[in-house]
Amino acid sequence: MIPAAFDYHAPGSLAEAIELLGRYGDAKVLSGGQSLLPLLKLRLGSAGHLIDINRVPGLEYIKEEGGFLKIGGRTRESALEGSDLIHDKYPILADTARVIADPIVRNLATIGGNLAHGDPANDHPATMLAVGAVVVATGKKGERTIPIDAFFTGLFETALGKDEILTEIRIPAAAPKSGGAYMKFERKVGDFATAGAAAQVTLGAGGEIAKAGIGLTNAGLTPLRAAEAEKFLQGKRPDAATLAQAAKLAGAASDPSADRRGAVEYKKEMARVLTARALKKAVERAQGA
Amino acid sequence: MGQHHIQITVNGASREGDVESRTLLVHFLRESLRLTGTHIGCDTSHCGACTVLLDGTPVKSCTVLAVQADGRKVMTVEGLEQGGKLDPIQEGFFQEHGLQCGYCTPGMMMTSYALLKANSAPSELEIRQAISGNLCRCTGYVNIIKSVQHAAQAMAATGK
Repeated sequence: MIPAAFDYHAPGSLAEAIELLGRYGDAKVLSGGQSLLPLLKLRLGSAGHLIDINRVPGLEYIKEEGGFLKIGGRTRESALEGSDLIHDKYPILADTARVIADPIVRNLATIGGNLAHGDPANDHPATMLAVGAVVVATGKKGERTIPIDAFFTGLFETALGKDEILTEIRIPAAAPKSGGAYMKFERKVGDFATAGAAAQVTLGAGGEIAKAGIGLTNAGLTPLRAAEAEKFLQGKRPDAATLAQAAKLAGAASDPSADRRGAVEYKKEMARVLTARALKKAVERAQGA
Repeated sequence: MGQHHIQITVNGASREGDVESRTLLVHFLRESLRLTGTHIGCDTSHCGACTVLLDGTPVKSCTVLAVQADGRKVMTVEGLEQGGKLDPIQEGFFQEHGLQCGYCTPGMMMTSYALLKANSAPSELEIRQAISGNLCRCTGYVNIIKSVQHAAQAMAATGK
């Protein structure tokens, strides 16, 4: 399969990339290309121009700064997987990166692309909802930040402007007594999730849940926040019955469609089970943190 | 639309050509350079038959544009053999019967070659995880894993 014809541009700077995006109305950003190129080959989408940002310096980094974990938009999934900082302090991100596609795809696939694609079947969105991330978009007028809750506006649609590039993801720095986990159920390596759940919890001084974030993968037209389950957990002790009830609320909130991965009822049940597992692991990690 | 003159160092030799923007790396390798050892399998980045090394990193060449490789280094299965001598990974697949139809083999070997460069003594689990983006539809993976282990042992024995 060969994509329909397009023109290719490889700018050497961010400013040039943004200028090109603004100049062409039908341009797409080529980051890892692991979603975009298959989509163009399968003719599920089209673009007149691809703006390849792989020659733009300074877009791949993982660092803690100013109370945030900052990840450059073009950071490869394989870099997240291989990062000691991620493994030690943000294991939910390691959980997520290592179940995306397969190891070869992850050598090119990027975290920014995973979010900017706006696919509810992608894995990072649920995790970003759980941890309360902020997305940095850079355009002609400079940088602006978009809270993750305002980022996913529809199926394959995001709040990014036509001439904006997702340049950074900011995650609140790991707090004491906090922990998170991502659980994905897939038919085989490389498949999209039948269901997936991300959970992030912060425990209070008495061991109660001070704050909980839960995101669901492939549970609707956009990545889904299980807000009712989060609210239910607030202030409660993380015992088995409480976590089970929260998982039940998350399962009920999920709104998947039937496909070859399963029926609606089955997927909702899997969302419940995976939320329960993610919460359990998140609490264990928070207690150990 | 969009023509580009590209130069890629393929298996150590500089190669040049003219490509359309949309030309995929695998097509440039197979059709322009006639390096047909790299196979096209699923064509949707699932099977890994088209795996090559781009600056030493395994990538699926059906999901990379040829123009993206401009100025970079590509290694294909044809680059494994050196001076008439099989690479240990090729020897391993030969000795341990790591293939039947051979379709997945170039991709399997390139992924395994990169694994052994990074980790000279991988565990069975590490081998299984490394090749989890390469599909074999003949026999399963037991002999493929033995082949990679054979190569690792041979490399350890010769200090390579």
